Amino acid sequence: MGIFDTSPRARAAALVAPPFAYALLLLAVPLISIVLISFWTQTGLTLSRVFTLDNYREIFSGPIYIWGNQNRWGVLPLSLFVSATVTLVTVLLAYPVAYFVSFHVAPQRKSLWLFLITIPFWTSYLIRVFLWKVILGYNGVVNTGLIELGLIQEPLDFLLYNLNSVIITLSHAYAVFAILPIYVALEKIDRSLLEAAQDLGENRFTTFVRVTLPLSVPGIVGSVLIVFIPTIGDYVTPELMLGAGGRLISNVIQTQFLQLNNWPLGAALSIITMLAVGVVSLVFILLNQRWLRGRG
Amino acid sequence: MSAQSKPVAAPLIQLRGVHKHYGDYHALRGIDLEIRQGEFFSLLGPSGCGKTTLLRTIAGFETPSSGTLMIDGRDMAGVPANHRPTNMVFQSYAIFPHLSVAENVGFGLRRDPRPRDQKSRAVAEALEMVGLGGYGSRAAHALSGGQRQRVALARALILKPKVLLLDEPLSALDKKMREQMQVELIRLQRTVGITFILVTHDQEEALVMSDRIAVMFEGEIGQMADPERLYRRPNTKRVAEFIGKMNLLPGDVAIEGNQILVDTAGLGRGAIEAEQAPGGVMPGRTTVGIRPETLGLLFPGETTDRRLAEGVVDEVVYYGDMTYYDVRVAGVERPLTISMKNLIGRPVLEVGAATQVVWDERSLVVLSR
Ligand SMILES: Nc1ncnc2c1ncn2[C@@H]1O[C@H](COP(=O)(O)OP(=O)(O)OP(=O)(O)O)[C@@H](O)[C@H]1O
Ligand SMILES: [Mg+2]
Repeated sequence: MGIFDTSPRARAAALVAPPFAYALLLLAVPLISIVLISFWTQTGLTLSRVFTLDNYREIFSGPIYIWGNQNRWGVLPLSLFVSATVTLVTVLLAYPVAYFVSFHVAPQRKSLWLFLITIPFWTSYLIRVFLWKVILGYNGVVNTGLIELGLIQEPLDFLLYNLNSVIITLSHAYAVFAILPIYVALEKIDRSLLEAAQDLGENRFTTFVRVTLPLSVPGIVGSVLIVFIPTIGDYVTPELMLGAGGRLISNVIQTQFLQLNNWPLGAALSIITMLAVGVVSLVFILLNQRWLRGRG
Repeated sequence: MSAQSKPVAAPLIQLRGVHKHYGDYHALRGIDLEIRQGEFFSLLGPSGCGKTTLLRTIAGFETPSSGTLMIDGRDMAGVPANHRPTNMVFQSYAIFPHLSVAENVGFGLRRDPRPRDQKSRAVAEALEMVGLGGYGSRAAHALSGGQRQRVALARALILKPKVLLLDEPLSALDKKMREQMQVELIRLQRTVGITFILVTHDQEEALVMSDRIAVMFEGEIGQMADPERLYRRPNTKRVAEFIGKMNLLPGDVAIEGNQILVDTAGLGRGAIEAEQAPGGVMPGRTTVGIRPETLGLLFPGETTDRRLAEGVVDEVVYYGDMTYYDVRVAGVERPLTISMKNLIGRPVLEVGAATQVVWDERSLVVLSR
């Protein structure tokens, strides 16, 4: 093997080169292209490479994308709201699970529990989305079940084809991603700190509020980012769960690129969305750093 | 300090037949213990003997499998740690990493009804007391081991507990720091008047600091006494070997009239008092202990009215102020260790030199098994 005969530096470079090239090709190049395209215009089937801010002007001038009107939110704020709700629901559900596994499962059984938690991942994401359609649909599991039990006469129609179903499906899909960072943060907490708090007069609940919760903040922030960022970009779930007419920003972007063939507008929307997500993430990262400042 | 009249004799802490099982491991085997108000009490013993378990049982972090624990006249069964009049300094210090030094020290004051400024004054005073005045705003993670330990101490002391439990609080410190902290702890204990229970496996630390010491082995208390008694009159071989250095010689005990006679191998016969057999006087073969500093060597030109035995120097270890000799005497397998102060005019003997061992029957201890 030729590279093992060379200097350590060259060897390191040789080892790093393939992933670096990979990252460059699949991350940097598309990103730069998107930025460039967002300043161009679509003229029929070709792109006009004259610098223009028209795409951004279009996004910011009308009510559709950002500002909304009395009846409707803008697509981007609505999407941010949906993602925020999904994140909130997911983290709120994930925390007790992570807490239970970390504090109430015997050490030798923890890995088994973590393994069990990942079982939903054995099914493809798409199938899980369809599964939720089956569960929540007009003639779905929930409705037929409730009718059989005589609790309702007519199927509930607020379950499917609205934002609730998107939130339910996405929360389920991202639950594991939220559980793991919180679990790791909880595992890192020195158990004698909890005893010390108790020793100093706190009961279980106040110990949780004063010690466990603050010390798990890094894990919560990790979970929030891990759920929030990809759910904004998820277009499969809204596509399948919202039905006709309902759109989130990811669907709008997809439509611009693939159906309306307006790449520059799609690119500009992508950039705006990325910036919005970036700002939100930054806020959380800064919060986390503030939190971490006083810690080892 | 208080005008309240309490029955003087009532112990502050009382354990009766306390057992603790972890699964089928028997960690505490019938602990009986009484600790008085204001006492500096130490639990001493080798690693794994159950010291931490006992301390945690008193603090309320472990529930005894059987037996009773009373603190201040109250049965502690079912009383959780946060309702006990005890505070603990953990072996790992357990400093909250997300809080500042002052927040750590003031952690237990949340329900204190005093106004905020009085509380922060109390925190400042507590920090002052442990020599960390002005450190309040520091981040807790930016402290050295010794400083952490003092924060842990201040955090417990500020609550003025009836009992302060310390689990090897000095074991992470270097020798110099440890000695300094020992002195500080003794001074603190005297000024605040709180009952201290200290866990340690360092016998010197226990001897220096305590009013009374319980030596534990395998979940049992081997002997409980004040430091001097424990050092001079250990009741068993185990205790004798655990505390300080002790020469152990085979011996024979005989009772003649009202005299107890001990025939110690290599030294000879001598009469002892009953208190020199703290484990009880049992005629027959036994083990006799004698401390290195109670033996001596007769240097040329010196005279003594003590007992003498012939010996040969086997090993010499020179410590500057002291010299430790290993001396072989007839009829004993292991040489005797003898420590001698290097006084003026005393030469350091060579290996192989013939010498005379000076001994005294008053320093013999008859040990039970
Ligand atoms: N939670 C537990 N489960 C099972 N066994 C335990 C548990 N805690 C302690 N033990 C066992 O009980 C025995 C006494 O432990 P303990 O921690 O009290 O020892 P120690 O005297 O404090 O030792 P050291 O000086 O090393 O700290 C040990 O053998 C230990 O393995
Ligand atoms: Mg211990």
